[in-house]
Amino acid sequence: MTLLLDAVTLTYPDGDSRLTALDDVSLEVPAGTMTAIVGPSGSGKSSLLAVAATLVTPDRGRVVVDGTPTRELSPAQKSALRRVRVGIVFQQPNLLPALTSTEQLQVMAHLDGRKPRQVRARARELLHAVGLDDKVDRRPHQLSGGQRQRVNIARALMNEPAVLLVDEPTSALDHERGAAILDLLVRLTRERGTATVLVTHDRAHLAEADQVRAMADGRLDTQAPA
Amino acid sequence: MFVAWRDLRFAKGRFALMGAVVVLITLLVGLLSGLTAGLARENISAITGLPADRLAFAAPPDGQSVSFTNSRVPERAWDTWARQPGVTRAEPIGIRTLNAAAGDRTAGVSAFGVEPDAGIAPGHVAPGRAVLSEKAAKELAVEPGGALRVGTLELRVEAVAGEDSFSHTPVVWVSLDDWQRIGHRGTSADEQATVIALTTQGADISAGDEAAGTETRTVDGALTAIGSYQAENGSLQLMRGFLFVISALVIGAFFTVWTIQRSADIAVLKALGAATPYLLRDALGQAVLMLAVGTGAGTGLAVVIGAFIRGGDVPFVLDAPTVLVPALVMIALGALGAALSIRRITAVDPLTALGSAR
Ligand SMILES: Nc1ncnc2c1ncn2[C@@H]1O[C@H](COP(=O)(O)OP(=O)(O)OP(=O)(O)O)[C@@H](O)[C@H]1O
Ligand SMILES: [Mg+2]
Repeated sequence: MTLLLDAVTLTYPDGDSRLTALDDVSLEVPAGTMTAIVGPSGSGKSSLLAVAATLVTPDRGRVVVDGTPTRELSPAQKSALRRVRVGIVFQQPNLLPALTSTEQLQVMAHLDGRKPRQVRARARELLHAVGLDDKVDRRPHQLSGGQRQRVNIARALMNEPAVLLVDEPTSALDHERGAAILDLLVRLTRERGTATVLVTHDRAHLAEADQVRAMADGRLDTQAPA
Repeated sequence: MFVAWRDLRFAKGRFALMGAVVVLITLLVGLLSGLTAGLARENISAITGLPADRLAFAAPPDGQSVSFTNSRVPERAWDTWARQPGVTRAEPIGIRTLNAAAGDRTAGVSAFGVEPDAGIAPGHVAPGRAVLSEKAAKELAVEPGGALRVGTLELRVEAVAGEDSFSHTPVVWVSLDDWQRIGHRGTSADEQATVIALTTQGADISAGDEAAGTETRTVDGALTAIGSYQAENGSLQLMRGFLFVISALVIGAFFTVWTIQRSADIAVLKALGAATPYLLRDALGQAVLMLAVGTGAGTGLAVVIGAFIRGGDVPFVLDAPTVLVPALVMIALGALGAALSIRRITAVDPLTALGSAR
């Protein structure tokens, strides 16, 4: 199993008490498949991604990323795990303003101690895969919202992650562009064999997913594949 | 420096502005350093150039500290010092600042009286014969063989040599006997001098002081006995120190604001897996690069301007230590200020990159 969450509970401090964001959540995502998570705002969807991305350590439960149990990892080891095994597609594209599309991807290699020049071809190939051949030298402020989101996705795939975590990638886009982004994610999941978790509000996305899970108040319920 | 270098180019306006501040502060510090060194040289070069490691002054009355103006040591004192074990040389030196005249020219000079055979003056002094420093000769417009009057004394110029200066006046070297006469308007010619230049090798200084009735200082320690030196040098150094502190604070403030502005990007990079040391290195490299370029430009400007004003009458020293030391201090303090501000990178939580809050 490429991504495994086992009985994960996460709480945040909330005044004197604690707020339970994830309540005994278990989830398995095999390679090359897409799991869609739906649920109302505040139900804990982003928290689930944060736990899977090792950005927070849960109070209880086990998180295993591509065979590596994450609980005992040091902060530096978690950074390394995020760098090479996990791809994150942020809700807002979160691109770095000073970098061109190609450089947004190259920086991922640089974070990992590799020469950006050596991965230029791969960056171009990924930008081609997301349909941005003619935007490789543009900076974020010269791109449309949908184009930024495509760069965001390509960046997440740059270091060939085993796990791809996607947080509401189409919320800033109109319906048509949203559908195109979703198609792209499904295609990349199949082609590159990532274990993909897609948090979404959009019911139209569910048809493409291999499994659909609904969240409410921090609990994850099973739902039949649509 | 992949991201930092591109940030630097992307936000060139902001970095250019900050760089310009660094250039100007460095320029100011550089000029001030050259001036400080130049003024100090005019004040003390005759003393620091003495072939001695210590100077013995007449012991001052209680509560007062030694001074060149008030010190008067008798012959007995330098004889006593010369006999102390570990003292290889004890030379009396008379120092007096007064007026000199040649033809219709007058100038303030410092008359240094030394024993003719002591070899302290940069030429041969003898009774009635003086060695002038170049500036003294220039101000009085005299050449070797010419005549001049120092106080009440009629002298002939034996030689013009050296750049010695004391208390902002050029030095005129005379024989100690002559000096003793000007010292007392020709009335009495006691065997006396102002200080004793000592060359020592493991001598018991306090025992010598006890025996000779003197108070001995190292040459550097004796500089404070020049009335104007301490005040002048102290206030210039204080200004320079303040400029260093100001630049460190300004640079710190700049990078604090800059880091806060970037904190969203830093959170994203952390979420993508950037290790904190990587981010700190990146940011510090950026700061040091800006500092090095700014300081380099400022120092270059200071050298050019310094070379110009040195041609005039302004005392200005332009050498490697006066130019490079302030530049290195600027970079070091600026980097420290930047490092303290950049430290907040450590506290940025990558979790903030997730949600839709930003
Ligand atoms: N850093 C935090 N500190 C404290 N509470 C938090 C924090 N992050 C999230 N929460 C709380 O945890 C709960 C779950 O939040 P989460 O962001 O996971 O919801 P979500 O399902 O992603 O919502 P949305 O659809 O609006 O993005 C919410 O009640 C939220 O207020
Ligand atoms: Mg969310």
